[in-house]
Amino acid sequence: MNDGLQLFLDSLWPIVWGGLSGTIPLALASFVIGLVIALGVALARISKNRVLSGIARFYISVIRGTPLLVQLFVIFYGMPAVGVVLDPWPSAIIAFSLNVGGYAAEVIRAAILSVPKGQWEAGYTIGMSSGRTLRRIILPQAARVSVPPLSNTFISLVKDTSLASLILVTELFRVSEQIAAFSQEFMLLYLEAALVYWVFCLALSAGQNRIERRLDRYVAA
Amino acid sequence: MSQPDEASGDAVPEASGDALGASGDALAPQSAPDDSVLVRARGIRKTFGGNEVLRGVDLEVRRGEVVALIGPSGSGKTTVLRSLNGLETPDAGELEIVGGPRIDFAAQRPLPKAARYALRDRSAMVFQHHNLFPHMTVLQNVIEGPVQVRRMPRADATAHAEALLARVGLAEKRDAYPFELSGGQQQRVGIVRALALEPDLLLFDEPTSALDPELVGEVLRVIKELADEGWTMVIVTHELAFARQVADEVVFLDGGVIVERGAPATLFTAPREERTRRFLDRLLHPFE
Repeated sequence: MNDGLQLFLDSLWPIVWGGLSGTIPLALASFVIGLVIALGVALARISKNRVLSGIARFYISVIRGTPLLVQLFVIFYGMPAVGVVLDPWPSAIIAFSLNVGGYAAEVIRAAILSVPKGQWEAGYTIGMSSGRTLRRIILPQAARVSVPPLSNTFISLVKDTSLASLILVTELFRVSEQIAAFSQEFMLLYLEAALVYWVFCLALSAGQNRIERRLDRYVAA
Repeated sequence: MSQPDEASGDAVPEASGDALGASGDALAPQSAPDDSVLVRARGIRKTFGGNEVLRGVDLEVRRGEVVALIGPSGSGKTTVLRSLNGLETPDAGELEIVGGPRIDFAAQRPLPKAARYALRDRSAMVFQHHNLFPHMTVLQNVIEGPVQVRRMPRADATAHAEALLARVGLAEKRDAYPFELSGGQQQRVGIVRALALEPDLLLFDEPTSALDPELVGEVLRVIKELADEGWTMVIVTHELAFARQVADEVVFLDGGVIVERGAPATLFTAPREERTRRFLDRLLHPFE
């Protein structure tokens, strides 16, 4: 059999496993934590409290105005200088969560503001507090609006986790790199990594479509 | 129903009508109509960004009474209505719902949350654009307040909601989403959502203005029936014929003050004030 094909097949499972055990858990954990941060930041940003919204605005600005790679390096290679030494995995999760928090905050803020004011008033008028109105009336409607952009954020995140290979997290791309360095077949292994990322993202897009259809059930076609 | 019928017996020529189904007490208000005052507002003032929309409004509503607020757009009628439900906070003036909150707006700034909740505990609002929750079914819309806020057991709230929906002819729509309903049906659900809170005071903010003309009737019939059953209501409306038929008192606002008030028969046929006359003229004879 062709040596190239053999190498491709032999390395496929290690690379896929790198994705399943590294890329996907890293992306999922960071996304979930990031969404929690984002919701808090979005609410702070909408808040009438100037200090709160100022802090939120500053946070979003820093996250969106600096490269993810730099954020990652500051946390993993920089923090030890101030006495905070973190392992690769916690460093990666912290960096990616903070990053998602900044980007998704703007998505969630826009989604919340897209819900008509009358929905807040209807909640108030049946006796709800603003917190309960937010939870039961506004966020479910905002969720529908924010699924497409948040799905994009998640898919970007899945690809961005390849940067974690630079702080020694064993994930899809780092596995490919190691095999490439060992076999000297760089082109083959990097294309193979690209292919696996692509298949992962196709699966995620399919999932996105299902969620969107489910959330659209109460909207006229 | 144990209530004596003299009060309603003579006044219900159309009540046994189409929009509302079988009789029953699902729609009956909690308190029998009497002459005691329910709402007392004095000197209500409100400014929006330098624009004074209410310049000292006094309003009194007795139990079982239907008050129609009319006036040109920008006259402040909707602001008065929304103030009664705590959706607007006047800058000054006093508002009392007898047996409930007593608010002095100038003294209580910012208005304590408890006062706002107390207002909403006594009154319920029907909006111009119904503002139904689009992600909930008809039934969920109706029981949301009773279950989430009033802590009513879900089974009780559901039974009550089904009875109310049946009364407005929408029993079979309980599991539909709002987008599946016509405008008139949506607004009837909006009314049922308000009724489910068992308020002492029903507030309507131009309930038919956003409807196609052929759907107005079904909504007005429901409101008429509620009036006949003795609910206390304040209605902001442009439907003069309807106001005339349903209201016990018509209040005409212009420029943030009450210009004239009176029984519909008097106010519509023999208005005392020139401004009232001009307003009615414009509405009744738009092309002259």
